[in-house]
Amino acid sequence: MTKYISKRVLFGIATLFVLATVTFFMMYLIPGSPFAGELKGVSESIRERLIAQYDLDKPIMLRYIKYLKNVLAGDFGTSLHRKGALVTDIIAKGIPYTAALGTVAFCVAMSLGTLLGALAAFTRQRWIKGSVSFIATIGVSIPSFLIALLMMVVFGVKLHWLPLVGLGGWKNYIMPSLALALGPIAMISRLVKSGLQEELRQDYITLARSKGTAFVVIVFRHALKNALLPVVTYAGPLLATLITGSFVVETMFTIPGIGAEFVNSVTNRDYTLIMALTIFYGALLIIANILTDVIAAAIDPRVRLK
Amino acid sequence: MTDTKKTQFVLTDDLFEKLHEDEKNNEFIAVSSKTYLQDAWHSFRKNRLAMVSLVFLAVMVLLAIFVPIFSPYTYDGQDLNARNALPSLAHWLGTDKFGRDIFVRIMCGARISLSVGFAAAFINLVIGVVYGGICGYFGGKLDMILMRIADIIYAIPSMLYVIMVMLVFGSNIFSVLLAISVSGWIGMARQVRTQVMSLKEREFAQAALVMGASHNRILYKHLIINCIGPIIVNTTLMVPNAIFTEAFLAFVGIGISIPQASWGTMANEARALLQNYPIQMLWPVLAISLTMLSLNFIGDGLNEALDPKKR
Amino acid sequence: MEKLLTVENLTVDFVTDEGTVHAVRDISFDVFPGEILGIVGESGSGKSVSMYSVMGLLRETAAIDCRTLRFDGEDINPCSYPDKKAYAGKMQEICGKSMAMVFQDPMTFLNPTMRIGKQLCEPILNHTNLSPKEARERALELMRLVGIPSPETRIDQYPFEFSGGMRQRIIIAIALANDPKLIIADEPTTALDVTVQAQVLDLIRDESRRLGSSVILITHDLGVVASLCDRINIMYGGKILESGTDEEIFYQPNHPYTKGLLSCICNPENDDAQLQPIPGSPPDLLQPPVGCPFVDRCEHAMKVCKLYMPEHTELSSTHRSACWLNELAGRGEHRD
Repeated sequence: MTKYISKRVLFGIATLFVLATVTFFMMYLIPGSPFAGELKGVSESIRERLIAQYDLDKPIMLRYIKYLKNVLAGDFGTSLHRKGALVTDIIAKGIPYTAALGTVAFCVAMSLGTLLGALAAFTRQRWIKGSVSFIATIGVSIPSFLIALLMMVVFGVKLHWLPLVGLGGWKNYIMPSLALALGPIAMISRLVKSGLQEELRQDYITLARSKGTAFVVIVFRHALKNALLPVVTYAGPLLATLITGSFVVETMFTIPGIGAEFVNSVTNRDYTLIMALTIFYGALLIIANILTDVIAAAIDPRVRLK
Repeated sequence: MTDTKKTQFVLTDDLFEKLHEDEKNNEFIAVSSKTYLQDAWHSFRKNRLAMVSLVFLAVMVLLAIFVPIFSPYTYDGQDLNARNALPSLAHWLGTDKFGRDIFVRIMCGARISLSVGFAAAFINLVIGVVYGGICGYFGGKLDMILMRIADIIYAIPSMLYVIMVMLVFGSNIFSVLLAISVSGWIGMARQVRTQVMSLKEREFAQAALVMGASHNRILYKHLIINCIGPIIVNTTLMVPNAIFTEAFLAFVGIGISIPQASWGTMANEARALLQNYPIQMLWPVLAISLTMLSLNFIGDGLNEALDPKKR
Repeated sequence: MEKLLTVENLTVDFVTDEGTVHAVRDISFDVFPGEILGIVGESGSGKSVSMYSVMGLLRETAAIDCRTLRFDGEDINPCSYPDKKAYAGKMQEICGKSMAMVFQDPMTFLNPTMRIGKQLCEPILNHTNLSPKEARERALELMRLVGIPSPETRIDQYPFEFSGGMRQRIIIAIALANDPKLIIADEPTTALDVTVQAQVLDLIRDESRRLGSSVILITHDLGVVASLCDRINIMYGGKILESGTDEEIFYQPNHPYTKGLLSCICNPENDDAQLQPIPGSPPDLLQPPVGCPFVDRCEHAMKVCKLYMPEHTELSSTHRSACWLNELAGRGEHRD
């Protein structure tokens, strides 16, 4: 197990390195970017700071090495758009909002998704099966920003039931977290349903029945664990995806999280912030992937050998 | 059999004559023989939701092609006297804040969305099948290296590539396609690789090799053909993914540039008027949702029809 | 002698998309204490399905109809229970305790993500009051019994760390957990290497002798049952065509199908004898033939065979066969 984990971690570090490199050269390619060597349109003070930060007057390989050093030290410099603000500070300010919303959405997605999936797998009522698979298809098909829009129109503008802006009280969480969670709910309910149905068809279930084990016990002891394996593999990256997905949702509900910062930084061409956020997102997803792999290996020991 | 049965029939001597060979049916065939795709089409047709979706999509494609050609309006033609009009005979879906006809704009958007969707699916299909096929067929070190590369590309959130590519190459349809294609093919490549790996060990591939067929021929004539089912399903589901990405980018404001009409930009523009003219929001939302829904239904239908395990 | 298992007029249908599959059609047989009964038939002859229905292991798509199903003095006929729950409760008491099954494929019948020990302890904990620790001791004892080397380390491993033969031994150990009175072995050697097959069969025979339990051995290979079974039932197309003692089936086969099966086995004592394949393929159980299921492949087929299913003729107190040729012989007519 230790060997497996260290292998995954090493792979994660390699990925992060590739991501940092790609980011650097992309920034170098963007016409008008300060990393491309054009420093027009920036104030004198920023220009000097940038040159010092990234060695912009040196050849590209030196710049690249300086950049990697900075990344390793967690030093991403100051924002180009907001004068004097440290990029890391901007990110740190946004994280609590994004994390709060993401966690709520994640929990909603996992619990509702598993519940609906199990319901669809075990029920004999055709209409329940039908409506779960309908919800699943809707959730997979309709982008989160459209769901957010629809909810805003109905519950915010027309009915005035829910607040449209910010993250003040618990009511503020309902619409954005639902908008974020609906797609994952659909995916998870599908995975749980097909996983349970598939596992309950397996031969080892028959053997368990031949031991005189009650059906309910079989479901919990044998089938559920194996059926949840694909859910685990999906749930890890989901945590990271929820934050990526919240790009628009945060912007729409004017939540000052890092998703909104990312969208703003792109529109404002705030290159230092974009770079830092890209690496931050990448690192987050990579950590989530490693955790997923470890949990999956703990559930199914065969995974380690693949 | 119970004793009562015996009394029900009389055993005449002629019953004990030997049965002629012709009277036996030696070779019965349990299921009438149909080709794989015929069979799949047969069961796909029975899926009503998928069929409705297919018809809807076909209508959408036809409208997208012909409406902008024959309509008196264009996507950027403004009519300042008819701003924010409600649906009428002149403007079937109403007009927007510049007095542009929404129906024509939706159909121009359909051109963009559908062509982005299908083109991206096609690109990813080609890359994924070739890459996965090579990995699965040749295996060993080559496979190891190629799959690790794919793993790394896959481990980076696709939205990041998309935004990077849009920043570097500007906001146009080609950078949208490029952005989607950076990592979109990996799922397909993985699937093809696993399929090819298990199929190449099977007897028919071995037989072809023994008979002197070339690697290329075996790979594409024998192996890829045999995993056509998952490939078709995967490709179908890639189309809505690409449409979603395009709409998302346009909605955020970094996709296809204005005044070109894309469903995402239309939704974004209508967002500002949400309080006063919510109906303008309805059309792009409906267009995206229905298209994505129907593509997903078709994908599900194909998945069921092409899955040999389910029959 | 008191019968251990009585099956009378068992019929099993499966409702599928293509129609109703009549997998088992009105079969009756008994099992006596301590004997080994072989059930031989081609795949799709209904032999496994009939045993699964005895143990109540079939899925809900199966419709079981049965006149009598008694095991060890208890009624286990699903038709005589008021609801599924009551029947399931009864079967939970019996399955894994007094009746146990050894399955066909050791690769798929063990839970891949559960340690061997836990899977072995499950039937023990289900049916005894042993503590988990005592159950583990019992599991170790069972592993030694079925010949697993160094069980102390093996017990905490996962199924994928075992070879096919070892897994089959584990499955046998699970079946033996509570000293069952009846062991149903469903093609226990089909998925194994030839060298391991004999070991596994010996293990089943020795353990059943030691416990004094009966065995139903399901197989498609008449060669497998030859050395092991006291009595043999021959199944085809969802029906039992012939039943008799080991000697009777091998030395006085009556039914043409049995004769056909026998000519398919290699006889090492007779090198010159050609293996005789039976032409054709088994009947379609979606539309089972009204007459004898073997009629289309039988070289002696008569008109009557196509029209009516023959009765079982008693050839001796233990030997029965369902073939119209016996009726014909009884009429004193001779052909061929």
